[in-house]
Amino acid sequence: MGDPDKLAQLSLLSRDETGPPFGEPWQAQAFAAVVELIESGRLTQEEWSQRLSVELKAAESRGEYDTGERYYVHWLAALERFAVDKEITAWNELAEEREETRMNDHHRRDEQLKSS
Amino acid sequence: MADHKPVQADYDLRTRALVSVLTRKGLVDPESMDAVVEYHESQVGPHVGAGLVARSWVDPDYRRRLLADARAVAREENLTGFQSTDLVAVANTPSVHNLVVCTLCSCYPWSLLGLPPTWYKDSAYRARAVIEPRNVLREFGLDLDDEVEVRVWDSTAEVRYLVIPQRPAGTEGMAVEELAALITRDSMIGAETLAARGQQ
Repeated sequence: MGDPDKLAQLSLLSRDETGPPFGEPWQAQAFAAVVELIESGRLTQEEWSQRLSVELKAAESRGEYDTGERYYVHWLAALERFAVDKEITAWNELAEEREETRMNDHHRRDEQLKSS
Repeated sequence: MADHKPVQADYDLRTRALVSVLTRKGLVDPESMDAVVEYHESQVGPHVGAGLVARSWVDPDYRRRLLADARAVAREENLTGFQSTDLVAVANTPSVHNLVVCTLCSCYPWSLLGLPPTWYKDSAYRARAVIEPRNVLREFGLDLDDEVEVRVWDSTAEVRYLVIPQRPAGTEGMAVEELAALITRDSMIGAETLAARGQQ
C-alpha cells in the first residue's frame, strides 16, 4: 500500500481535459483485448478489477503515484500477468514474440528503404 | 521455466506481441477489437448519460424508475455493460451532493459516460475523494455550503453510479435535447454542478 499521508497531500489533476480517450494506439489495443476477454466470459469484471488494482497498488507502494497518464502501463502489465497466470502464454513466449515482432519491423523497414 | 518478465518500456511492442499471442490462441479477434475501439472512441460518451438525465428532469415517472432501478432503465435503452454489473442512479438535491469515485482502480459506467477522464484515474483523486470530499470538490472549483451533505459512492466491478445533477435554473420549457446539451460529463460524476442559465 502507498503511504496514505503522502497520498492525501497529492494535488488533483485539472478537470479541463477533453483529449482523445487513448493517448497512443497501443493503449486502445490493450483496452480492447480486455473488453473482448470480458465479453467472451474468459475474464470477469471482478477478476479484472482485482488484477488492475494489484498493479496500481504495487506502483503506489514503489512511490509511483500515478497521475493517470501511466494508467494503461499498469493495464498492460495486469493483462500480461493474467495471460501468464492462466497459462495462456509464458513470459518467455511473450519475449520471443516481441523479438519476432521487432525483427519483422526491421525487415519491413529495410524493404521499404530498398523500394523507395 | 525461466521468468522472463518484460522490463523494457516498449509498450507498443509488448502490446502487439501479447495481442498476437492471444489472437493465435483464438482468445481475441483483431477485427472485433477494432470495432471495440471504434465504439468507445466515437459511439459512447457523456451524451448517452446526458440523454437519461435530461429525460429524468422532464418526466417524473422516468425519474422515479431511474432512481429505483437504473439498471433496468439502461437495459431498456439497450446500453451494454450491465449484464453482471449493477447501475445505481443518485440524485443531487439542494441538501445532498453525490460524488463518484473508484478507490480500487477506475470502475466507471462506460456505456453511459464513455471512458473515464484522466483525473478520475489519478491516485490523488482515488485516495482523497473518500477521505476529504469537500476539499476535493473545493479544489475542483465547487464550494458547497456546510449544510449540504456530501455522499461519496465507491464504484466496484459489481456496481457503477450515475449522478443526476440538479436541473439548472432558467431552463424551464426547454426540450429534452436542449437540456441534454447542457449536461456535462463531470456533473454526472458529481465533480461539478450545472450553472444556472444566463449566469455562465
